[in-house]
Amino acid sequence: MRILGLDSSGLVAGVALVEDSLLIGEYTTDYKKTHSQTLLPMLDELKRMVELDLHTIDAIAVAAGPGSFTGLRIGSATAKGLGLALDIPVAAVPTVDALAYNLYGAGGLICPLMDARRGQVYTGIYTFAEGKLQILKEQCAMAVEELAEELGRLAEKRGQEIIFLGDGVPVYREKMQEILHVPHYFAPASCNRQRAACVAVLGEEYARAGRLMSADVFAPEYLRLSQAERERMEADEAHRELMRAGITR
Amino acid sequence: MTQTKEKDVLILAIESSCDETAAAVVKNGREVLSNVIYSQIDLHTLYGGVVPEIASRKHIEKINQVIKKALADAGVSLEQITAVAVTCGPGLVGALLVGVAEAKAIAFAADKPLVGVHHIEGHICANYIENKELEPPFLCLVVSGGHSHLVMVKDYGEYEILGRTRDDAAGEAFDKVARAIGLGYPGGPKIDRVSNDGNPEAIAFPRAKIADNVYDFSFSGLKSAVLNYLNGCRMKDIAVNQADVAASFQKAVVDVLVGHSMDAVARYGVDRFAIAGGVASNSHLRAALEEACAERGVRFYRPSPILCTDNAAMIGAAGYYEYQKGVRHGWDLNAVPNLKLGEKI
Repeated sequence: MRILGLDSSGLVAGVALVEDSLLIGEYTTDYKKTHSQTLLPMLDELKRMVELDLHTIDAIAVAAGPGSFTGLRIGSATAKGLGLALDIPVAAVPTVDALAYNLYGAGGLICPLMDARRGQVYTGIYTFAEGKLQILKEQCAMAVEELAEELGRLAEKRGQEIIFLGDGVPVYREKMQEILHVPHYFAPASCNRQRAACVAVLGEEYARAGRLMSADVFAPEYLRLSQAERERMEADEAHRELMRAGITR
Repeated sequence: MTQTKEKDVLILAIESSCDETAAAVVKNGREVLSNVIYSQIDLHTLYGGVVPEIASRKHIEKINQVIKKALADAGVSLEQITAVAVTCGPGLVGALLVGVAEAKAIAFAADKPLVGVHHIEGHICANYIENKELEPPFLCLVVSGGHSHLVMVKDYGEYEILGRTRDDAAGEAFDKVARAIGLGYPGGPKIDRVSNDGNPEAIAFPRAKIADNVYDFSFSGLKSAVLNYLNGCRMKDIAVNQADVAASFQKAVVDVLVGHSMDAVARYGVDRFAIAGGVASNSHLRAALEEACAERGVRFYRPSPILCTDNAAMIGAAGYYEYQKGVRHGWDLNAVPNLKLGEKI
């Protein structure tokens, strides 16, 4: 089975080709160019380097969110266009799951951090048991302080150390060190950012489990409403509260 | 299956610069085989205008279905397509990026050339679709929610901008005034309709002139004049006649657009004049321009309303002429939100 992995959810852009548990090729960049300028040229380069016939790909695995809204859409539209033209399905891999998969086999608690702005991170809590990725806390958007407290409790209870990774680490490293009183570490450059290979490997698992979807209906999971929707809901909620209090406007 | 000859050029065109997700198949630049538009307008009406993030999210949800329908309606397969054209600017960057990334991936996977198209060039080229005899040179007034340009079309793909707005686009002024008089979004069609019951001479709103370029437009002063008028009525407790305000405002916009256009027609001695863009659907503007052109013996061209609004057929027409000129874009094609007309990328 041939799976093409794409990840443009954060600062890194990556493409990877995985075939039957073998990584055939991978291209990763973390550079100032936009994903619109890097993602497809990287795929083109990979295609030429490994003489890939696109029509032999079985499915596109894509980092399906959360992440930068624009980044997610560049990856998603690329996956959808490839899926449409090649008539193949998409495996929607949660971004934070794929990020955690970088640290396969690690004994500690794995905590990916992506900067979600407004004092929040996109994160989740994972560990490996019996060679499988175990999700202790599903990916979500939450306040950094809240996450630190939850992690601290969990680490003490389970007697595990914590390993952080992701492009949110440089932003929140000091804050974490300040709050946490349990052993914690930060993953090195070789495995501390999104990897399209991880997306492809998890995509292969999804494919074997029959968890594929049509490229036509695939859309990323932002884990957040747009600002306009949020403000509208807040206004509606305030309005309902006034109504409940018997005040009409 | 559509009958196509080997030398026929079939363009699959994609447009997502604002709040319409659109795809079309166009044959030889002038024959529309399909034109699919998914409009998000109902969604944005809730917010009184286009919300960029919501527009971008909707594009992602709908784009594959829209493209597939365009191919199915045209009765052609992706293999039969000659090239893929896509709007790469100007527009909302997040919205544009969806179409650009999608178009690039399709062209890459189907092994087809990619042509990035300027949105305004698309609007201008909409005129070629229904007027087979129209060829450059001609003068074109492009008016929409985001643009107000007076353009000399010198040749296919060759443009000289004679005038542009210094502040609000014409359509933007329609939206803002419509909101102020309680008509809501979208302002253009609503003001057009309500004006039929109003007196365009009821209120004297200003017609702006720009000193250093007689062909440039300015609509923000007009908008402020309307707001001041409404404020004055409120202070004096005078009831506002919505239809009169709408008609008088619209007359001021139309007078300026027609005046500038006809000055340029006379100055450049052209015998063909075209309009394009969403505001080109305005019935009063159409009537006034038709009359002004007829008085001067100038042939007047205007696209059907469906080709005035954002659509991909116009991108297919423009993409065809760019393709014929040898324009090809690489896989690093990016969205350029403030792309200038005629700027090479």
